[in-house]
Amino acid sequence: MSTATTTETKDLAPVRADSLAALLVAGERPPRPSALSASLTFGWRAILKIKHVPEQLFDVTAFPIMMVLMYTYLFGGALAGSPKEYIQFLLPGILVMSVVMITMYTGVSVNTDIEKGVFDRFRSLPIWRPSVMVGYLLGDALRYTIASVVMLTVGMLLGYRPDGGVGGVLAGIALLVVFSFAFSWIWTMFGLMLRTEKSVMGVSMMVIFPLTFLSNVFVDPKTMPGWLQAFVNNSPVTHVASAVRGLMAGDWPAAEVAWSLGWAGLFIAVFGPITMRLYNRK
Amino acid sequence: MSQHTSGLAIETSGLVKTFGETRAVDGVDLAVPAGTVYGVLGPNGAGKTTTVKMLATLLRPDGGEAHVFGHDVVREADEVRSRVSLTGQYASVDEDLTGAENLVLLGRLLGHHKKAARERAGQLLEAFGLTDAAAKQVKHYSGGMRRRIDIAASILNTPDLLFLDEPTTGLDPRSRNQVWDIVRAVVAQGTTVLLTTQYLDEADQLASRIAVIDQGKVIAEGTKGELKASVGAGSVHLRLRDPAQRPQAEEVLRLALEADVQLEPDPVALTARVGGGAANGQGAAEQAARALAELARTGVVVDNFSLGQPSLDEVFLALTGHDTRDAHDADDANDSKDEVAA
Repeated sequence: MSTATTTETKDLAPVRADSLAALLVAGERPPRPSALSASLTFGWRAILKIKHVPEQLFDVTAFPIMMVLMYTYLFGGALAGSPKEYIQFLLPGILVMSVVMITMYTGVSVNTDIEKGVFDRFRSLPIWRPSVMVGYLLGDALRYTIASVVMLTVGMLLGYRPDGGVGGVLAGIALLVVFSFAFSWIWTMFGLMLRTEKSVMGVSMMVIFPLTFLSNVFVDPKTMPGWLQAFVNNSPVTHVASAVRGLMAGDWPAAEVAWSLGWAGLFIAVFGPITMRLYNRK
Repeated sequence: MSQHTSGLAIETSGLVKTFGETRAVDGVDLAVPAGTVYGVLGPNGAGKTTTVKMLATLLRPDGGEAHVFGHDVVREADEVRSRVSLTGQYASVDEDLTGAENLVLLGRLLGHHKKAARERAGQLLEAFGLTDAAAKQVKHYSGGMRRRIDIAASILNTPDLLFLDEPTTGLDPRSRNQVWDIVRAVVAQGTTVLLTTQYLDEADQLASRIAVIDQGKVIAEGTKGELKASVGAGSVHLRLRDPAQRPQAEEVLRLALEADVQLEPDPVALTARVGGGAANGQGAAEQAARALAELARTGVVVDNFSLGQPSLDEVFLALTGHDTRDAHDADDANDSKDEVAA
């Protein structure tokens, strides 16, 4: 094996056995990180990925802009007399709808990422098990925040004026991001459960379209048939949309906020453990 | 590694993992002494990676037991995880991140503070000759560089047990030698290494004990010397000038080496095993030299001669009666193997 040429141009620097030995001896083991610290570290990983692949922000910038423009001008004249009138009602709702739709990409990313070798390493680390998934969703929470800011900006340009001021708007966004974080555990579950990216996408569509459209985002449910009203009035998306609408309008919709947080808690309580069960079995 | 008293880094008994109908690992017993390199040798699909994944707590065994430093891999998974590191067959680092980011990330996950994690990452990159590539995404690394960053990630905290799953598959000979050097340096500091490989050469270079595994079963186990004694130290490959002389050459070799001579598909080629049977592996070269002299004396013209280590194929042929290619072919291979294993 001594035949390897020394004339290769792009040689790697040699491995330094002496410094390697020193490193191996020197390394004392620090105590394992806390659950929070591990989760935040994985959140940092998600942010690094955004830094290296900024194209993945397309779905939280271009898509929300498109949603606001499309629905404002499509329904505005017919439903509220003019787009400018309509956006006052629509913007909080379309914000909720778009961000909830964006959560869908979590499943696809988990599904493609989990097949990679690095997950074997993560899973063989002595850390709080859910921290990988929590970190994922923390990174996604940043994406949801970006999407919300983008949509609000476009909305304001089109004439949306939130009476709740900065405080109301921030409270609305915070509630939406918390709800989306909780809701995303459905997608981590599907991302781990289904075998291919395509099937994750397919199932996600089946869940997300009825859930977001059958809500009070576009119109007041009063004109709907009774059975549909029953569904719409109890849909988590309706509660969140009402809560965000109220908060941004300067009200304090305590019941709707409570319903939204209740649903969020339920999503985590049900889909969190299922996700972790699948994750441990993978 | 305080609680265990047996001196064993790994101890498994009757380890089983099934995927659907396939028994990927079918009753594996291993006893790996601490502080050594233990080689697990076998072809693709033999169950090497599945075994490693069970030992590294990534897969739950369907049967049998496995202990790492005395800790059960299922019931005390966290204890096991804090002692082992895994370098998988495919780079176990995040390809989208840079080399430095990967090491800092893992350093943080292992409990280092930000500053300590950065320092340690810098030192490792330096020791592994990757300082220049520190800010490059790993997906742009060459095969050799990936292996290095991967192993660097595995020794961020010096592990008691390091799993290296086919660490040199797909590497050029030069990078392969460098990986071997790294492994030797790691073992010299007291870490136990479980190495899986398809290359006898590699196991020979690094491991002190070797288990040969085929279709989920250990079919041979022992020190390198024992294994070679059962397989033969090597093979003589001959190419004659005149195909007509081959029967004569075959006869001469058979008498000189007291071994079976194989006729290759190429009409001028023959292969014979040397140093096999009772021989202890020494004297293979002398035997071969005697055979060559005998051929010259009897007038057989030899154009080309080589004495090589037995390949994995030859090991398998000797141990199982079928070569590695058959191992993938269905059940007829199964029968012949089971007889040998029994």
